[in-house]
Amino acid sequence: MSKFYTVSATLIKAAALAFTLVFTQSANAKPLNIDVGEFTLDNGMKVVVIPDHRAPVVTHMVWYKVGAADEENGKSGIAHFLEHLLFKGTKKIASGEFSKIVARNGGQDNAFTHLDYTGYFQRISKDRLEMVMEMEADRMQNLILTDKDIKTERDVVKEERRTRTDNKPSRLLSEQMSAALYTAHPYGIPIIGWMAEVAKLTRQDALEFYRKYYTPSNAILVVAGDVTAGQVKELAQKHYGVLKNTATPGPRVRTKEPKPIVERRIIMRDKRVSSPYVMREYLAPSYGTAKGNEALALDILTEILGSGTTSRMYKKLVVKDKVAVSTGSWYSGDQMDYGTFGFYAVPASGGDLNGLEKHIDAVIGDVLANGVSQQELDRARKVLQAETVYLLDSQSSLARVFGRALVVGMSVDDVINWDDRLNSVTVQDIKNAAAKVLQIRRSVTGFLMKPQSTKKTETN
Amino acid sequence: MKIFSIVVSLFAVLIAFTTASRAIEIQEVKSDSGVTAWLVEDHSIPLIAMKFSFNGGAATDPLDKTGLSEFLSGMLDEGADDLTSAQFQAAINDNSIKLGFSASQHRFDGSLQTLSVNRDIAFSLLAKALTAPRFDKAPLERVRRQFLVSIKQDKEKPRTISTRAWLKTMVGKDHPYARPRSGTEAGINAINANDLRDKAKKIFTRQSLHVAVTGDIDAKTLKQVLDQLFGSLPEKSDIAPVIEADVFSQPKIQVIDRDIPQSIVQFGHKGIKRKDKDFVTAYVLFNIFGSGQFGSRLMEEVREKRGLSYSAYATLYPLRRAGLIFGSAATVNARVGETVQVIKDEFKRMAEDGPTQVELDNAIAYLTGAYALRFDSNSKIAGQLLANMKLDLGIDYIKRRNSLISAVTLVDVKRVAKRLLHADQLVFTIVGKPKNLAATSN
Repeated sequence: MSKFYTVSATLIKAAALAFTLVFTQSANAKPLNIDVGEFTLDNGMKVVVIPDHRAPVVTHMVWYKVGAADEENGKSGIAHFLEHLLFKGTKKIASGEFSKIVARNGGQDNAFTHLDYTGYFQRISKDRLEMVMEMEADRMQNLILTDKDIKTERDVVKEERRTRTDNKPSRLLSEQMSAALYTAHPYGIPIIGWMAEVAKLTRQDALEFYRKYYTPSNAILVVAGDVTAGQVKELAQKHYGVLKNTATPGPRVRTKEPKPIVERRIIMRDKRVSSPYVMREYLAPSYGTAKGNEALALDILTEILGSGTTSRMYKKLVVKDKVAVSTGSWYSGDQMDYGTFGFYAVPASGGDLNGLEKHIDAVIGDVLANGVSQQELDRARKVLQAETVYLLDSQSSLARVFGRALVVGMSVDDVINWDDRLNSVTVQDIKNAAAKVLQIRRSVTGFLMKPQSTKKTETN
Repeated sequence: MKIFSIVVSLFAVLIAFTTASRAIEIQEVKSDSGVTAWLVEDHSIPLIAMKFSFNGGAATDPLDKTGLSEFLSGMLDEGADDLTSAQFQAAINDNSIKLGFSASQHRFDGSLQTLSVNRDIAFSLLAKALTAPRFDKAPLERVRRQFLVSIKQDKEKPRTISTRAWLKTMVGKDHPYARPRSGTEAGINAINANDLRDKAKKIFTRQSLHVAVTGDIDAKTLKQVLDQLFGSLPEKSDIAPVIEADVFSQPKIQVIDRDIPQSIVQFGHKGIKRKDKDFVTAYVLFNIFGSGQFGSRLMEEVREKRGLSYSAYATLYPLRRAGLIFGSAATVNARVGETVQVIKDEFKRMAEDGPTQVELDNAIAYLTGAYALRFDSNSKIAGQLLANMKLDLGIDYIKRRNSLISAVTLVDVKRVAKRLLHADQLVFTIVGKPKNLAATSN
């Protein structure tokens, strides 16, 4: 979810790609040959500095330790709605001016809301770093919202929901699968919110949420680019360090999932479906809750089973058996309380989803019975480690990786040492992790298909 | 409006950028066989990015094999020379090489990224892909199945439906641009290995080739690589010319009925091409009018004031054989009529009054200042170089570019707004169940 999307085919492609990256290796990075600076301001705000001196620009991000999973009952979507509203005004900045000021200083800005965090960023020439810091610090405490702001922005968010979700059967199915996977924990509620609840969000709701969570001790500053830790420290002290804490958000304790005991199946029939598919998600530990090497093992497992054309699933379902045209798996381990491990396959033709599901089950059954080979483990590990080198080419991706790790409770060292820790994963770790997670009673299986009766109802 | 203690002038933005561009030193590297590349050396991280482009793309695909160029782009990493598809893919994967191809209407592009330690294997795989692709039956049939499913999916995507219908109106149903670039069912079914081989032979020539490279490689090494990759390709071939489109210039509102809660509203009319003398001015104008960022006219009127759409933009769409202007928004069915009216009003208002001096100053400050953000990674720099090569802008363009933008005056931009924007010629294509709207056709 973000404030707006920009007009660029590359960005759209990047977004599609992000699906894979985010779900397979987001919170992870290799020994980055960079000297990451880290310190904490007196008010508790953490700061991370990632030097990249190749171009005279910086990425400035503030992450808040609050996301959609921290919302009150009945107020789904408030974290994301508030993210939009932070682009309105303060005493110093007239409503709607924030992004315009950034733009006329040659910068770009945006924001994002996830289950566990909300983040704001600007990319700008390094001599404007102080300016965006001053502006970001200002809106951490001085937001002003009018009733008119609320009314139009709520309409915008409703349109955003229609664009992202309601117009797309595949997104509706994913939303329903999450709702079924999490029977009690708030990860089951969509980040953008249920439409009926979004429609009722008020100015009061937004301000209460803002006052409860937007305070320096609940924020993390990440600056990447052509700066030194010393420079950032001085500026951060001046603009963020002087802010007083206005709230104590307290520990982030969410309702735990009861022990999963039943296999769930979701069938979505929609006449807008052109090509059906099957998807399965398992409740898994995340990096935040995993024991030992579990999360690392799951990252390697998904690389082996379902990443790209050399994965087990692609080779079996697409190349050998020809029952699918595309298939894959993912592990989202970069969340606080739970991760998910998932599979999908799109049938070649006709669309016998039950048959296709059996093929997926065969791949899963094989790994449960026989584990993976040492050779597979070594190959996958090497690929994951090489990915982190590519990360060095993008200061904004680096900033995101560190920000996301820290905001869900990991440390800078966890990120930097991820590579070494991957080296400690054994085939037994992978077999154990698979046995723990890939149990049908922990899963939801979703079918996306056309309605059974194929009567033409359209008038075209 | 300086509300902050840090006062920033436009002058400072320009200074900042001059420094940025100076850091980017482009070397022109010419190989023994005459292949030329632009290189930006940077040894600070162990990665190499190469982007290249040939003339000839989807617009020259045979009518009965629509989708051939895209099909070719999907087949080049499916086995070459002594490597089967599985062996080729394993080599790519195990060495963490990122290799991809794509076809646009007039060009065929490739992109290779590799860790510098895997440089030799990466270039050797690319050389095989370009000079000896196998097109074996099994991978060919698999890729065909993938295309057929993707074509089916596209038929139900509201945005794709809308864009295709709009383009068909604008260039006429018989122009190559009106064909789906990723192919038709009949076209994809008709393609065989010989077609792919012929297409590759036609496209992969040295005359039309552009190559941009950044990262951990020096000019001497690159010279050899250029010969290894492209030296054996034929000098040139005949690519069929593409006819000029007779661009539609009447107003039209087309509604395509789909049962979705939100209508896709796409719109536009005739525009200009990249070589037009007013292009740079028009580019600045469209930043003001339709960039999709806060502050742009459409975003302010459609989204910020009325909450009609999450995104609202309009952009120059300069195809080689058709200059177009294209825009998009999406709104709940009940508010389509209002959205269409606001868009028409904004076209009219901008044509009549043009932007204000403040809007122009802001746009110039943004466009010149943000240019540096396109050069903060190896792969982005390679992309920028290649784009400039394709447009024949010259090796010094990066240094000149901001002064071109800054030279645009209010008089220019008002004149170009009047020349380009025509509310009475807008063609709307709406996919959904719009209410309160009279379509002029279905």
